[in-house]
Amino acid sequence: MGSGKSGKKQAGAAVVDTGAVDTVSAGWEYAPAPESRDIVTIAPEYGLFINGEFRPPAAGGTFATINPATGESLATVAEAGPADVAAAVSAARAAYENVWGPMPGSERAKYLYRIARVLQERSREFAVLESLDNGKPIRESRDVDIPLAAAHFFYYAGWADKLDHAGFGPAPRPLGVAAQVIPWNFPLLMAAWKLAPALAAGNTCVLKPAETTPLTALLLADVCQQVGLPPGVVSVLTGAGDTGAALVTHPDVDKIAFTGSTEVGKQIAASAAGTPKKLTLELGGKAANIVFDDAPVEQAIEGIVNGIFFNQGHVCCAGSRLLVQESVADAVVDRLKRRLATLRLGDPLDKNTDVGAINSRQQLDKITELTAAGEAEGAERWSPPCRLPEAGFWFPPTVFTGVSQSHRIAREEIFGPVLSVLTFRTPDEAVAKANNTPYGLSAGIWTDKGSRILWMAQRMRAGVVWANTYNRFDPASPFGGYKESGYGREGGRHGLAAYLDV
Amino acid sequence: MSDTPITGAPTTGTASTGRLGVRKTYKLFIGGAFPRSESGRSYPVRGKGGDLLAYAAKASRKDLRDAVKAARGAFAGWAGATAYNRGQVLYRVAEMMEGRAAEFAAEVANAEGLKPARADAVVSAAIDRWVWYAGWSDKVAQVAGAANPVAGPYFNFSVPEPTGVVATLAPPDSSLLGLISVLAPVIVTGNTAVVIASEQRPLPSVVLAEVLATSDVPGGVVNILTGNTAELAPIAAGHMDVNAIDLTGAPAADKAALERAAAGNLKRVLAHHDGEQWTEPPTLRRLLATLEIKTVWHPAGI
Repeated sequence: MGSGKSGKKQAGAAVVDTGAVDTVSAGWEYAPAPESRDIVTIAPEYGLFINGEFRPPAAGGTFATINPATGESLATVAEAGPADVAAAVSAARAAYENVWGPMPGSERAKYLYRIARVLQERSREFAVLESLDNGKPIRESRDVDIPLAAAHFFYYAGWADKLDHAGFGPAPRPLGVAAQVIPWNFPLLMAAWKLAPALAAGNTCVLKPAETTPLTALLLADVCQQVGLPPGVVSVLTGAGDTGAALVTHPDVDKIAFTGSTEVGKQIAASAAGTPKKLTLELGGKAANIVFDDAPVEQAIEGIVNGIFFNQGHVCCAGSRLLVQESVADAVVDRLKRRLATLRLGDPLDKNTDVGAINSRQQLDKITELTAAGEAEGAERWSPPCRLPEAGFWFPPTVFTGVSQSHRIAREEIFGPVLSVLTFRTPDEAVAKANNTPYGLSAGIWTDKGSRILWMAQRMRAGVVWANTYNRFDPASPFGGYKESGYGREGGRHGLAAYLDV
Repeated sequence: MSDTPITGAPTTGTASTGRLGVRKTYKLFIGGAFPRSESGRSYPVRGKGGDLLAYAAKASRKDLRDAVKAARGAFAGWAGATAYNRGQVLYRVAEMMEGRAAEFAAEVANAEGLKPARADAVVSAAIDRWVWYAGWSDKVAQVAGAANPVAGPYFNFSVPEPTGVVATLAPPDSSLLGLISVLAPVIVTGNTAVVIASEQRPLPSVVLAEVLATSDVPGGVVNILTGNTAELAPIAAGHMDVNAIDLTGAPAADKAALERAAAGNLKRVLAHHDGEQWTEPPTLRRLLATLEIKTVWHPAGI
């Protein structure tokens, strides 16, 4: 990208003319550096993982999961129906009553440590599979998704034998059977965020991965077998929205944990209303990334790029609204454009790739529609010159300037590599604009002044505030939203509360 | 040498093969190395029946000072490691212990005069205890730290930090479970340790040193001395570069004098609780005893 040189490794790629750009230089020539996919073996078809074993779906439905970077079909996956949901919930109930619930925390801990260790041992296998199924750059799956997933199991393993000390009183009780529905943007990591605290607290789990990214969850099921996890403690049901709906509405489920869109989150909250089910939701966001005039510029540029182009912008806490102080707005945007011209878009398995594929046709259509609305409403659109591969789903990094708060691209979650730039003059105005959203998941603050960081942080109506950094995640750090970004926290000591009767 | 028959360590060769076993030399553990005592001294270690198990090194004042120096040298790196990293390293120690469980069990059985099944149970409890403490590395700040709502425009938070070099007089009776119960809480938070092992039952501590040396624990983080507790304890208590001392294994008659010596540089002093049973789940007392609390103020304003 930018230099146009990366086109060499995508012979026949179409050139998307995105307008005039001041390309910094001819750039570096990169030889292709693809990660080998030999390390992972993908079965032609997968069953459902119920009660410790893989089995075909009761009703026989299947669907294909594809590599979004090429469109190739990777495997045929089972579609779980109501009978499968009932079987998995029943197995989870039995495991909860007979095995996992009564088991001492120190023994549960050791199972979780085993899972953490196996994830570390088989990390490259998971990383390659994740990039194949999701489209994210191998650099991210290798360095972020998989290590963090292992770390999450490691962290919560250590809580399993210390629940008495977690601040919820002596001997806090688990909830029972947890129904966990996760999205496609960080498939394995979201599975880890859900399973690790639930299992540590003594619950059993039925996990439904997203329909476009089921493969690493199924490999995790293989890990559950490898470590000897008792049957029924974790089940994995693949399927789409209907499967998820059947799972969360099953009457014998005690706990629902959902990560996904605000729209579906509201439906789940409504469906659980009037039942004793406990619910945590991690939903959408429209985070403000706020750059003051005294911010360290180079650092801020990197933070802006990381904030919105990490994982193709498929991040609920993405810094999708850049709020930049008016006095430095032009300079920041200029620098940002020059930086974006150096990003490399292409083969997710190439170790040099910065921007991978959009996860699905459906998501690409949504991004395309919203960006068209941005132009139609009068914002100015820009992308670096960018060769997009012909096969698969791709969208170039895109920046909108001249965005006003009423534009759809400033209000709605795009969930793609699209940044909307707005300006402000005073800290009060920055606060008002940042909070002017129904969402409240995260915010970024860039300034050299510590007191201003803390003053701003106090005023952000958001669950995570990053100062002079962005998109940092750690198993010890709670994550979750205010307002319509959901409720409950994942990570840290607070993440246990979602799975304890407290 | 004594004329008592030597039963030796569990790795002794079997009579059935006719092969003569290779016996272990039990040494000190200082700065990641296994020296003999610089004094050249050793002392016989006997089992419950009075039979000779082996000779152990008898550490000197100089050995103790070397150990403190090694612990001080290792402190910055160990305390500065991420909590996640320390947790990983300490969990690795548990993995290594598990692999040597049979050796530990034989040593503990010899040292404490336990039947094999009981010794196995003690070793299992010791490994689980180690795992329990290892998990605290990235959690203790979440339990012992705080965000403090001060009445003013300030962001104020308190975090626990390791106090520094901790000298530990290991319990005289419980040669492995007790040892681990006093050592693990010291190092998991980033302190470094100088341990004076049980005088009468020191051999399991040497196996633990061998485990530590083959895990990823940096040299100097744990130093283990075998020898005469009454001789070494006052030197540790009076050492001006030791920040805290655990008197658990101190002879009862010496405790007051040791505490007085510790007052010389205001060492944090931890003593054995009367009710403390090594087989019972621990409280947070030992974990918190070697921590300092640091409170940071920062203004919040435009």
